[in-house]
Amino acid sequence: MVCDSWQGMLDTYLDGEIPDEEMRTYDAHVRNCPSCSVDALTRVQMKRAIQLAGKRFTPTAEFRKRIQQSVVPNRQRSFRLGWMLATAAVLILVVGTFTSSHMGNRSGRDQVFSEITDLHVATLASSSPVDVISTDRHTVKPWFQGKIPFSFNLPELQNSEFSLLGGRMTYLDQTPGAHLIYDVRKHHISVLVFQERSLPASLDENSLSPKNLPFNMETWTEGGLRYFVIGDASAADINSLAKLLRAAS
Amino acid sequence: MSGADLQLDSFEELAMPLFNQLYNLAHWLTHNREEAEDLVQETYAKALKGFSSFKSGTNFRAWMYRILRNTFLSSRTGLKATMTVPLDAENDGPEIAVEQDTPDTLLCERRNRELLQSAIDELPVYFREVLLLCEVEEMSYQEISETLSVPIGTVMSRLSRARKALRDRLRPQPQVGTITNAMEKGANHGL
Ligand SMILES: [Zn+2]
Repeated sequence: MVCDSWQGMLDTYLDGEIPDEEMRTYDAHVRNCPSCSVDALTRVQMKRAIQLAGKRFTPTAEFRKRIQQSVVPNRQRSFRLGWMLATAAVLILVVGTFTSSHMGNRSGRDQVFSEITDLHVATLASSSPVDVISTDRHTVKPWFQGKIPFSFNLPELQNSEFSLLGGRMTYLDQTPGAHLIYDVRKHHISVLVFQERSLPASLDENSLSPKNLPFNMETWTEGGLRYFVIGDASAADINSLAKLLRAAS
Repeated sequence: MSGADLQLDSFEELAMPLFNQLYNLAHWLTHNREEAEDLVQETYAKALKGFSSFKSGTNFRAWMYRILRNTFLSSRTGLKATMTVPLDAENDGPEIAVEQDTPDTLLCERRNRELLQSAIDELPVYFREVLLLCEVEEMSYQEISETLSVPIGTVMSRLSRARKALRDRLRPQPQVGTITNAMEKGANHGL
């Protein structure tokens, strides 16, 4: 039979595994040969049927969770250092808060700052610090859409020492905002963004780091949004990240 | 964050998207939910442990499937499954190219998903896996070759035999005196 040699290669052809050149010759033959084209059609139908029938078993959600948990402990471990620092920070905060309230001079501004610190600390201590895990700002930014009542821009980090770890939604006195976590030289930095008008206390335009905080921090407003950059990284690193964010917004 | 942590983070990012497919294949191989779960769990544990030995830039998917498959083959169920088919079944000469097409058209009429599924279920494990990797996972021959650790030529001959075996199973039971059927039975290489 003339078609024998073609038929022997039919599966390979339909799997798209023969070289382009032969592919064209084959195409031409199959199109013009009734016997081969019927055969090809039958096999294509069969391939499709197997593909559909083959997607047969679905794992349970419970099992997925179990596996997910078995592969994440390592991320939690990486946060342990952050957590230990965080615990230390909480102690300092407690002492600090006690001291300042004891001294009776705790202003609304200080309260905002200590809440920002709390958010940073609590997030790093959490077993899942971020809800959207991605180093890609183009993934993280749209993730917030519909979750918070504003949008914001994130900087390109390609030529910097910073990396984006991900983000989560956050609240400051029931005001929804965005919480992003960046890494630089093994330090985690929180970037928090809120609408200025919904914050409980108005902050000075050029507020610098309050002296009593256990972290370095910078804050500013831009386009009606209030940004906080906080972390145990050096003041210089906090400042560079702040600059990147300002340039992007 | 240290380099090791970053790497472990990316294990999760690479491995979790494969979870549903790996489970599906595991269930096909083991025929049993509980065993499939054990198999997948062991696969992830081994892969996580051996992730440092995974060469980035090489095919992660094939690597994961290879672990799953080798874990299965060394399990009790896997050993039993492979014993039902002689290992050298594929070394007995080239596939005979004469494939008569008439019975396939009958298949169209009576084919339905369940029939097909049980036919795949009955295939020897080497045929079942190669067929699923090709048709369901849509792996290239190269990827299948990496997954099964066999040359591409073997992938092709196994695939060809698997398809033929499947067609045979789906074919209506012995038609009266067709030479074709007799010929194909003869070309069945003991499977
Ligand atoms: Zn032809």
